[in-house]
This record gives sequence, C-alpha cells and structure tokens, in this order.
Amino acid sequence: MKTFYWLVKREFWETKGGFFWAPVVTGIVFLVLNGMALIAGEVFGRRGGDHWQGFRIGGQGLHSDLAPDQVAQIGAGIDIMFYAVASIILCVTAIVVFFYALGSLYDDRRDRSILFWKSLPISDTSTVLSKLASALLVAPAIAVVTGVIVALGMAIIIAIAAAFHGVGLWALLMASHPIKVVLNLILLIPLYALWALPTVGWLMLCSAWARSKPFLWAIVLPVGAGVLVSWFDMLGIPGLSSSWFWPNVVLRLFGGLAPGSWLMLGEPSSLAGLDHNNPAALVDGMNLAFHYSTVANPTLWIGVIAGVAMIAGAIWFRRWRDDS
Amino acid sequence: MTAVVTATGLSKRYKSSLALDGASFQIGPGRIVGLIGPNGAGKTTALKAILGLTTFDGHLDVLGLDPRKDRDKLMEQVCFIADVAVLPRWLKVRDAVDFVANTHPRFDRAKCDAFLARTKLQSGQKVKQLSKGMIVQLHLALVMSIDAKLLILDEPTLGLDILYRKQFYQTLLEDYFDEEKTILVTTHQVEEIEHILTDLMFIRDGRIVLDTDMDSLGERFSEVLVGAELASAARELKPLDERQVFGKSIFLFDNVSRPQLEQLGEVRRPSIGDLFVATMKGTYA
Repeated sequence: MKTFYWLVKREFWETKGGFFWAPVVTGIVFLVLNGMALIAGEVFGRRGGDHWQGFRIGGQGLHSDLAPDQVAQIGAGIDIMFYAVASIILCVTAIVVFFYALGSLYDDRRDRSILFWKSLPISDTSTVLSKLASALLVAPAIAVVTGVIVALGMAIIIAIAAAFHGVGLWALLMASHPIKVVLNLILLIPLYALWALPTVGWLMLCSAWARSKPFLWAIVLPVGAGVLVSWFDMLGIPGLSSSWFWPNVVLRLFGGLAPGSWLMLGEPSSLAGLDHNNPAALVDGMNLAFHYSTVANPTLWIGVIAGVAMIAGAIWFRRWRDDS
Repeated sequence: MTAVVTATGLSKRYKSSLALDGASFQIGPGRIVGLIGPNGAGKTTALKAILGLTTFDGHLDVLGLDPRKDRDKLMEQVCFIADVAVLPRWLKVRDAVDFVANTHPRFDRAKCDAFLARTKLQSGQKVKQLSKGMIVQLHLALVMSIDAKLLILDEPTLGLDILYRKQFYQTLLEDYFDEEKTILVTTHQVEEIEHILTDLMFIRDGRIVLDTDMDSLGERFSEVLVGAELASAARELKPLDERQVFGKSIFLFDNVSRPQLEQLGEVRRPSIGDLFVATMKGTYA
C-alpha cells in the first residue's frame, strides 16, 4: 500500500503540469474572462437604457426585493453554474488525461528511464494500476476541487455584481449549495471512472504495446475498423452494423473521458416532465440517483469488462516490452 | 559457496538474429566480473535476461530465482545501472531519494545522504539540470545505498569524462564492494576496469568464448617480445596473435609453458585489451 501511494505520488510529480496547473490556469483564465464580460455587460447595459433588465440567474432577474422563492431559484441557478464550471475544468483535465494515458507506458520506454524504474522491486501490475488510478481518480479529483473553487470565485463575482443591483451578497451565496455540489461531484467520480475505463484502458494498452507512435495506433485502429464496418455495411454485406459500431465501439474507446459521457451513452432515467425553466427542480432531478441509474445499463459493464481486459493486456506488455 | 548467477544454454532469438546462442556461465559471490564483447555480441541481452527484462530459452538461476517469474522479488537483491542518463528528466534529486527510500526495503537513507553530501548535487535540482556525470553520481549514490547482493553495470561510464570515470570505479571499490557482493560489468573501456576485475568473460556471437579468473589468466596467457631471428621458432608454438612493433614481434600465447617462452624473449602478462583484440579477430569481417 505504501509502495502504491508512492507510485501515485511519482505520477503526480511527473504530471504536475497537466494534472494540477492546467485546471488551475484554465480556472484563472475563466474567472478573468467572465469578470471582464460582466463589467462589459454592466457598462453596455447601463448605456443601453430601458431594454436591459439586468442579469438573470435561474430565470430570475436580479433586483432588490426578491421573494424567498425567487432567491431559492437563484441559488439553484448558482448550483447549476457550479456544475457547469466544474465541467469545463473537467473537460480540460479529460484532454490532459487522454494524452497522459497515451504516454503513460510509452514515454519512459522512449527516454529509457524504464530501465531505472524496472531496477526497483516494484511489480508491473502496481505500476500500471498506479497510472490507472492517477488517470481515473486523482486527476478528476483535482479537477473537481479546482472546479468548485473556481465556481466559488465566479459566484463571488456574481454576488458583487448583484450587490450593485441591491441584492444582498451573502443571501445569494447562502441560497446556493457549494458543499453539496462538491460532495455530489466527488461521489460521481467512481461513476466517471467506470465510464472512462474502456477509454483509458484502450489508451494505456496502446501505450504499453506500441513500439512507436502510440497516438497514431490508438486513433487509426478503431477509426480504421469503423470505416471498414461502414464500408461493408454500405455494400450490404451482413455483419456488424455501422450505426451500432461507431457509438458502441469507436466512441467508447475515445469518448469515455468526457465528463458526463453517461448522459449520452448510458440512457439515464428519464428527465421528461421536468420544467426546464425551473432550475431548482432541475438540480433536484439531476441528483446522484439520476446519474447512478446508468449503472443499470449493461453497456456500461461490457465496457468495464473490456477495460479490465485491456488493462490486463497493458500489464502483460509492460512486463515484456523494453526500451528497444 | 552457491553461485549468484548460473546460466545454462542461454539463448535468445530476435526476429533476424541470434543474440544469445547457448551461452553458459557461472558467477560466484564476492566477484567483480567483466563481461566484454564487441558490439552486438549479446552483452546487453545477457544482462537483460539476468534482470528479467526479456524472455529467453535455456536455464537461468539468479540468487535462486527465475528472473522470468520472480522479477519483482529478485530486484530487492539486484541493482542495475544501465548506460548513463536513464534517470527520468523531470525527477528531482530529493524526490528520487524519497521514492527509492519508500519503495525499496533494503535502502539506507543515511548512507545515500552521506554519498550525496560528497557531491555538488542539490536536493531541489531536477535531473534535466544535471550534467551526465552528476546524473551518474546520483544514480550511483542511490544504488550504493541499497544492500543488494548483485550489482549489474551496463556501460555505466559511457560518455563521462575521465575524472568521473575514475571516481566511479574508485567509489564502487572503496565504499560498496565487499565479499558479500557481486558486480557484473560490461564496458568497452576495458583498460579502466582491468585492475579491479576478479574474473573475465569474453562473449562473441552470443557465446562465452573465454571465462577465467584474473589469476589464472596470467598463468594461461603470456605475451612475448621476440626478435626477428627467433620469430619463426615462436610461430611454431602456435601463437594466438602476432603483431609488429619496432622491428620486433609480439606474440600472444595460450597455455604454453613459461620456461619455453622465456627462451624466446621477454615474457609479460598481456593486457585485456590485447587479449580481446586477438580473441575477437575477424568479428566484423
């Protein structure tokens, strides 16, 4: 266990730039841009005269005498913003993790530092699993925490703007639920890891297997297979259906890292009947149970099994591929 | 006395070539063994087999373990420095020590700190900021702080200046080596390790062509400086090699009695370099 902790730490040392600084810098840029946009909006809004009705959050305009019910809606709106901001940061991390996984078992073979790592009494299984854990748990956790901090910053900016419109600063922040959002997002990481496993497994398998250019192999093989399937399909030769193959194989091998990919792939329980103009209901509806309803989907588990098999393959290749 | 490494019929075939062709050898504890061979003779493949980094045919026993099956366990007892600069460039000196200290059960941190204190390395430096020589100092400090039974060095001083090279082997001898430990080293700079070796192995085309300890090497091989008038007599004794220096001939003999040779001229012990050149004649032809 101690070895595993240090292995994960080693991954963090190596990828600090991607896992930590990329989301942090994105967050800072995001805050600066939004702050600028808000100021610009205020300035132009005031110049514009009567047409402008002020900022709207959660369907509610910001003005001084809000009813408690309206404050709750604004709070829910801020919650949605928390999720949205965290998603943006998670998207950045997803791209980082994509390339991290591709290089994870290849880069040290290329620069030959694998000979140093392999001179230590550490099993290849622990090595590969530590990289998997870094990709699926550590990186998303950092992104979630960064995302919520950025979102809080954003909320403060909005609250300051609201204060100009006579709305109490703290009242609005109090109406939102940052802690609940953090908790929800953290509890969603295991689900994210399950959905992302086939993608990361595939990338790590290519990384461990390819003698050169893992990126090319990781892209060319599934896309090439997809093109072939489509071609056979077009010619009317019976076999795999193209409309099944692309979303269920190619997309799962590439797209699993996209935050909330299960909303598209996993057919979650229905949100029909929710009033989309009612943010509070929306936040309530998209709760953990809603997200986790996708674990009932067999395609998730087929993907997980495929992912585990590909990780096993990556471990095997890691054992025998050397620097040559 | 059980052998540290026992190899029997070690073979490894790559797609187009045979890297090891039934090599057999044994390495005892407390020895410093030089494995010398021309480029492509199978040195690195043999070392990789011992380290469990490659598959092979034949039988190989390292400290009672099969490196193919028990590599993780084996690496607690075996240390390895490949040719210089295989430490990852992003690693900090401090982190390298921390990592090895926490993952290697036989690592002695105090020892490592003491070794590092004798160098110019600073704990916050990254490997990419270090010179080749300093990277080797760091690697050597890490490896020497591990109480291992077998140390494998594959061209450890390649590309270093002479100060670092001398210091490398001197430190190994003074601060690391003892009768419990075994060192297996390959290098092309034969003359630099000549005086520290206890055993010598020549490898050619995947086979061990010479396997001897340094004492019997001196008894077995002799070099004689022969004047022109006795040259034909010397040739009758079937020398391994003959070369000309200043109108005289230097003959290299294998297993010819010393009194017999002393009649021909001045007898001395051949250098490993000369012996190597004589043994490997025609390798690249």
